[in-house]
Amino acid sequence: MTLLTEPQAPVRQRPHVARRRKPLRSRAYKTFRVVALIAVVLFLVAPLFWMLMASFKTNVDIYDAGKSFLFTPTGENYANVLQRNNYFVFIFNSFWVAFVSTALSLVLGVPAAYAMSRFTMHRSALVVLMARVIPGVSLLVPWYYVFSNLKMVGGFEVLILSHMFVALPLIVYIMMSYFDSLPMELEESAQVDGLTPIGAFRRITLPLSVAGMATAGILSFIFSWNNFMFALVLSGSKTKTLPVAIFDFVSYASIDWGGLMAAATVVTIPIMIIALFTQKYIVSGMTAGATKG
Amino acid sequence: MSVLTPARTSGRSANAQENFSAWANRHRKWLFAAPAMIFVGVLIIFPLAWTLYLSLTDSQGSVRAASDFVGLENYLTVLTDTERFWPAVGRTMSFTLVALACEIILGMGIALLLWRPFRGEKWVRVAILLPLVATPVAVGMMWRLIFDPNIGFANQLLGLVGIPPQPWLSGQDSALPTTIFMDVWQWTPMVVLILLAGLTALSDEPDEAARMDGANAFQRFFYVTLPLMMPTVIVAILLRGIDALKTFDILYATKGKGGGSFHEVETLNVYAYGLSFDYNQYGLSSAVLILFFMIIIGSMWLLTMRKKAVSK
Repeated sequence: MTLLTEPQAPVRQRPHVARRRKPLRSRAYKTFRVVALIAVVLFLVAPLFWMLMASFKTNVDIYDAGKSFLFTPTGENYANVLQRNNYFVFIFNSFWVAFVSTALSLVLGVPAAYAMSRFTMHRSALVVLMARVIPGVSLLVPWYYVFSNLKMVGGFEVLILSHMFVALPLIVYIMMSYFDSLPMELEESAQVDGLTPIGAFRRITLPLSVAGMATAGILSFIFSWNNFMFALVLSGSKTKTLPVAIFDFVSYASIDWGGLMAAATVVTIPIMIIALFTQKYIVSGMTAGATKG
Repeated sequence: MSVLTPARTSGRSANAQENFSAWANRHRKWLFAAPAMIFVGVLIIFPLAWTLYLSLTDSQGSVRAASDFVGLENYLTVLTDTERFWPAVGRTMSFTLVALACEIILGMGIALLLWRPFRGEKWVRVAILLPLVATPVAVGMMWRLIFDPNIGFANQLLGLVGIPPQPWLSGQDSALPTTIFMDVWQWTPMVVLILLAGLTALSDEPDEAARMDGANAFQRFFYVTLPLMMPTVIVAILLRGIDALKTFDILYATKGKGGGSFHEVETLNVYAYGLSFDYNQYGLSSAVLILFFMIIIGSMWLLTMRKKAVSK
């Protein structure tokens, strides 16, 4: 309001003022922006860098503040972790559980998301999304009881089932917003040309949704890889996944920091490499449905 | 075409196949949706009903052991428990509220910095992605080393500017704020991504119009951009809030059972997990979980209402 009712005289002067001040202000802003962005990047990356460095230090060096940045790197921590502690088995377990649970969740979730998007089944979608809201502990006691009666605790099946429970709502959520944005006209014209509705879904919609499915699949893989609580309760010595394996590292009296950091690096590096190559998909998955009214 | 030709030439089986295809197409809505819904339903409804039942019994030790129906006694015990339950509620709330507030404010700031294109954008985006995908348990271990009172980098850094070493995770009062800091480090990037998607989807016109009217950058942000962004902000709060309330991994990884020896970081989720799997108090833990679930649903409902009001 005040802007509109301003007296007329200063209005004439404003172009001068603006012309003189604007470059200055934007230069100041540009400098501020660069400094702020560098600070943000440092804040986000420095801790990871510290972890990486510590994983190459001997435990003596870790305790020596003078060797924070200058030290002789050693590969011993990795050799210890990978050989003595059998991490290859845990890496395989994590990978297998994440891969199978993602694949199965895609098979269940993509058609479901399609139906829920095309027939606007919001209430049914809510049933699936409930899985994301409910605290996992409240399901774990009954699951543990039932699955241990079925002699399934400690097997891969139960871990995969529990991780599907995490992956499925994620996939349905992402794919629903993907199908929502996909125009219906293509399917409709395919049906006019003689395809059945399911045929149109299989031959037209699915091939067009590869990007969406990649997004959903990658994110669900990451979530499964990172999952801790379900694996903590439901995995056995043969099916232990990486997050549980790292946790076991600190149950002993004194902490082997170098080994622990090497183990932490071993878990995070694969997922970060995947993230670097699939950046676009991860961003679109994380922001799926965020900008809809 | 290929569908029609074999149906005419071969007799019964093709006919049955065609009937099945027609049936499948007619019922594709539920044929597609049902498997996923049944999967989630079976894994939720039955356990939830059981948890509800257990919360009304004095079940402990083993779920198989005989237990008596005690009515609402567990709820009474829990709701009058000022030693563990209410402090846990308080910690859950302060963890969630403080972490959310930091993440939204920081996230909005960073999203605004990234809004307009600049050189080196690619690298900043990579940096934003890294904490987001890192395994929370590994992240907890990483911070344990950095915040270690004796050998950690955090105290080395403070030493450079002459601030005495802090106890961080091992301090009774500083443990919870330190875990909040970890949560902010890991999840601010997610808020940035969501808000950035919202900013990019905004039309430039309102901002331009305000600029024409002579509004400065702060006025344009608070009176133009922010109101337009409110629905996206609420989506970010909703998505992040659900996970923040349920935070478990970094708390259990950094402080272990019971949220530390003085329960410094024992939130409702950690408390319920401990009751179930460390102490086998199934009746009590179920009552805690049902109350916890009601808190989550309640906060979500409030936010959804708020979002509807803002969107109008």
